[in-house]
Amino acid sequence: MDIFVQQLVNGLTLGAVYAIVALGYTMVYGIIQLINFAHGEVVMIGAMVAFTVINALAAGGMPPLVVVLIGTGCAIPVCMLAGYAMERLAYRPLRNAPRLAPLITAIGVSIILQHLAMLVWSRNVMAFPQIIPLTTYNFLGATITGVQIAILSLCFAMMTGLALLVYRTRLGTAMRATAQNPQVARLMGVDVNRVIAATFVIGAALGAVAGVMVGTYYGVAQYTMGSVLGMKAFAAAVLGGIGNIPGAMIGGLLLGVVEALGAGYIGDLTDLCRWGIGPEASCADGGHFILFGSNYQDVFAFVVLILVLVFRPSGLLGERVGDRA
Amino acid sequence: MGFPVLLEVRGLEVSYGGIHAVKGVDLEVREGELVCLIGANGAGKSTTLRAVCGLLPARAGSVRYGGTDIAGVAMHELPRRGLVMVPEGRGIFPQLTVQENLAMGAYTRNDAGIAEDIERRYETFPRLKERRTQVAGTLSGGEQQMLAMGRALMARPKLLLLDEPSMGLAPRLVAKIFEIVRQIASQGVTILLVEQNARLALEVANRGYVMESGNITLSGEAEGLLESPKVREAYLGETA
Ligand SMILES: Nc1ncnc2c1ncn2[C@@H]1O[C@H](COP(=O)(O)OP(=O)(O)O)[C@@H](O)[C@H]1O
Ligand SMILES: [Mg+2]
Repeated sequence: MDIFVQQLVNGLTLGAVYAIVALGYTMVYGIIQLINFAHGEVVMIGAMVAFTVINALAAGGMPPLVVVLIGTGCAIPVCMLAGYAMERLAYRPLRNAPRLAPLITAIGVSIILQHLAMLVWSRNVMAFPQIIPLTTYNFLGATITGVQIAILSLCFAMMTGLALLVYRTRLGTAMRATAQNPQVARLMGVDVNRVIAATFVIGAALGAVAGVMVGTYYGVAQYTMGSVLGMKAFAAAVLGGIGNIPGAMIGGLLLGVVEALGAGYIGDLTDLCRWGIGPEASCADGGHFILFGSNYQDVFAFVVLILVLVFRPSGLLGERVGDRA
Repeated sequence: MGFPVLLEVRGLEVSYGGIHAVKGVDLEVREGELVCLIGANGAGKSTTLRAVCGLLPARAGSVRYGGTDIAGVAMHELPRRGLVMVPEGRGIFPQLTVQENLAMGAYTRNDAGIAEDIERRYETFPRLKERRTQVAGTLSGGEQQMLAMGRALMARPKLLLLDEPSMGLAPRLVAKIFEIVRQIASQGVTILLVEQNARLALEVANRGYVMESGNITLSGEAEGLLESPKVREAYLGETA
């Protein structure tokens, strides 16, 4: 049973990060119906900037928490600038173009950012310096690390903060109004361009923090890390109902849990010996013949994505797709 | 009428691609007036209003508001200057609550009187108060129209452009909407009212313009237009 609790803890941790990244996809989609495929790259840039700064400061003897905070503090403005620039330069000129144009542009922006990152940081994997002492706690028979606790609390704090921003402030109301009817929002005096830019910038800031968290969690960062992470977060956004903010939060957490439980059990379940159909040579003396190991964990996000698209294209919380009142 | 001209439209032309929808419209609205623009479906009334607000680009002509040409003014600047439109079909935000819709009307304001103004709207429209926390998409058509008008008033407009506020409403509600229009005008708000319901519009208005396939074909004092044989025949369903 404790593998279950353990995978639940791991899944929720990663899922919380997916949720933060998914928010970037869903907020932009909600307001301009664009799937910003380059958002994963923003997350990658956040991790790379933070790792560069953290590695530079690691030997300086500052407390690890301060080092990580400075790294994150540098990553956030860089990502906000990247988010602003892509909206301004790539998407705004195509605001009234057929929908395929900005979509293809988003893929292009993603490729450009990835290659820029490769030029700046090379193809090498950057490692997170060993500055954070491993602290572990026991939780219902599972082990939870200090980093996991920090990631979970930070993610929930950011989600709460974002919910307050979107549902309780003037800017948030303007964002929702713009998403529902941009022309009327303009008639009410909303500078729609600024609201859209703000949406990109806020999503990018969240993405920066997510990049630092996921990099810290795995201990590595590389210029390619944004692709799979971005696709998973996109799957999470679709699972929750693309365009729906609480949906992205729930979708992220759920996807993380599905992925972790899947990874935890897939080996067992695809052990042919367990089902009595494995080759004898392998199965003798309680041996195994495992078809799919936990390295297949990345597959689950996409299985979920396909299932959602087939059975409930509007996602868990989305009511309407393509048809807004 | 010796009052200064608040809105002055000269030679306005608007087209949608190849369709020439407004073909040189001249009209003016003076401070304190209630002016109506009537005409059949497709005459170009909404297109005229949209071009005045900058929702559509004008192909030719000028729009002056408060003495300045507003062609180059960003649309979101207009409510700050007191020019507010209630679009055809109401344009409420369906997923925002009634109260949030009203707050959006006051988006350009940052004075302390907003909460008080919302209460004032609730006094005028008690139905909205009952539904303040409900999302606006669940309101009936009449309630949505009241919300749209209440929301526009939240900007404290000098000039209110109303595009067919009675559209799609039951007769009892139509009368109520016109009564509200009259009330708003009596509070000193200048109004340009677009309507297909010519009789009711001319009954509340001071002056009127008649629009036919993109042109103004008649204009004058509202009483005069009500008496005019041409208007009676074409718009009031009477045989001359
Ligand atoms: N978005 C549009 N695209 C193309 N033609 C339009 C559009 N909106 C209106 N029109 C055309 O412009 C003309 C005027 O329409 P409109 O201004 O809506 O008339 P009214 O408000 O008087 O009913 C009509 O012929 C209509 O078909
Ligand atoms: Mg119309």
